[in-house]
Amino acid sequence: MTEWLNIILQGVLVGGLYAMFAAGLSLIFGVMRLVNIAHGDLIVLAAYIALTVTDTLGIGPLTSLILVVPAMAIIGYALQRLLLNRTLGDDILPPLLVTFGLSIIIQNGLLEVFTADSRKLQAGAVEIMTYQVSSGIWVGLLPFIQFIVAIVVIAALQILFYRTALGRAFRATSDDQAVAQLMGLDTRHVFAMAMALSLAVIAVAGVFLAVRANFDPAIGPARLIFGFEAVIIGGLGSMWGTLAGGIILGVSQAIGAQINPGWQLLAGHIVFLAILAFRPQGLFPKVSG
Amino acid sequence: MPEPLLGVNGIDVYYGDFQALFGVSLRVEAGQVVAVIGANGAGKSTLLRSIAGLMHPRRGDIAFDGAPSGHAAAFDVVKRGIALVPEGRRLFPSLTVEENLKIGAQSGRTGPWSLERIYKLFPVLAERKHLPATALSGGQQQMAAIGRALMSNPKLLLCDEISLGLAPIIVRDIYAQLPAIVGDGMSLIIVEQDIAQALKAAAQVYCLQEGRIALQGPAQTLTREAISAAYFGV
Repeated sequence: MTEWLNIILQGVLVGGLYAMFAAGLSLIFGVMRLVNIAHGDLIVLAAYIALTVTDTLGIGPLTSLILVVPAMAIIGYALQRLLLNRTLGDDILPPLLVTFGLSIIIQNGLLEVFTADSRKLQAGAVEIMTYQVSSGIWVGLLPFIQFIVAIVVIAALQILFYRTALGRAFRATSDDQAVAQLMGLDTRHVFAMAMALSLAVIAVAGVFLAVRANFDPAIGPARLIFGFEAVIIGGLGSMWGTLAGGIILGVSQAIGAQINPGWQLLAGHIVFLAILAFRPQGLFPKVSG
Repeated sequence: MPEPLLGVNGIDVYYGDFQALFGVSLRVEAGQVVAVIGANGAGKSTLLRSIAGLMHPRRGDIAFDGAPSGHAAAFDVVKRGIALVPEGRRLFPSLTVEENLKIGAQSGRTGPWSLERIYKLFPVLAERKHLPATALSGGQQQMAAIGRALMSNPKLLLCDEISLGLAPIIVRDIYAQLPAIVGDGMSLIIVEQDIAQALKAAAQVYCLQEGRIALQGPAQTLTREAISAAYFGV
């Protein structure tokens, strides 16, 4: 019994990371109906930027976020302004194709610069510190921090969306682009701000991913799938739904892995497919109206 | 003749290959109320969309407040002082009533209009400010859409079919507020299918027919026969 509790707890903690993968994806889909196929590769790019920063400056991965988050946000703004805005229109295919191409370019660029070797960010003692909650149940400090950060990120996005002028601009632009322009909103700028925010969240997710496990230039697409699955499970409504989706995915994978080590990913996909089949709007869809 | 506030000079406007406006010209003086009437598909909304910067003329030009504005983007045009109340109201459904009004002030123009003044003009909006815009009745939504446009403190307000889909008594109430709105010297272009309403409110009338100006003149001088001929083309 405690063994299962422990497994579920570990799944919940990993779910926070998946929620961070998903939050940026859901944000830009919500604001501009753009499905970013390069999302996973951008997570890996953030991990490599963090690797370069930690190696060059000799600082820890968590400290490196001070530089990696703004760097990714700037990349996001520029990417949207210079490239992705040109693909947006009535047709949803061009942004799909362009971000798919971007995914390939990022993977091969990273391969060229950093080789195919597996890398990892070293966070020192934080990585191995664990606390016993009760007999048989252990919580690692790093997964715990990661989960708390995920909740903070989700809460911050929720507040930004519903309590600030920028969030109001995001929601208005999402509702009706033409009328948003009539209100004085430059939608190109609004979209670029959304992408900057998405990549800022990606930066946090990428650093935690890189501290948690090995990474190489080819692991992006699998992170994209986890992000997608968390978004679909949670429903495209609220950021809290996305967090729930991430947690459900994490727990499913943990339980699957416990039954049979080969079933970790399979279990996640099965739960995702089941939700898609029986509740395609997700568990926490947007309230219609 | 002195420069008008808005001068539309012989514009041709297209949707792809389809030409919607043919050499349309129109003048609006500061503080003047102008009505544009015409049947469905005559090009009234296209004219307003062009003035607001959502569409751009292929030929001809538009000058507003002494500067060319025919090729400015909509978000820039509103900053110069033109606000559009779009046909069908088009409030933002994800936003509350108050958020809809606040986003109208996004352009950053200052002037007599503020949340308080809008709430004084339409008290029912103050009572419902925290509800989603979709929870309002049609008439209240129209008030919110007008309020949202006023929040940008425009020099020229464009109203596209504000009577559409509303009960006559509500339309009368909304039109009754027009003097309070234009009292500060704001200019107004009203697009209407309800000709009687438009003639009563406006000083100058333009009638569009199949993308061309078929008739224009001061509201009092136009006879019912002339309007009917220009409207239907018979």
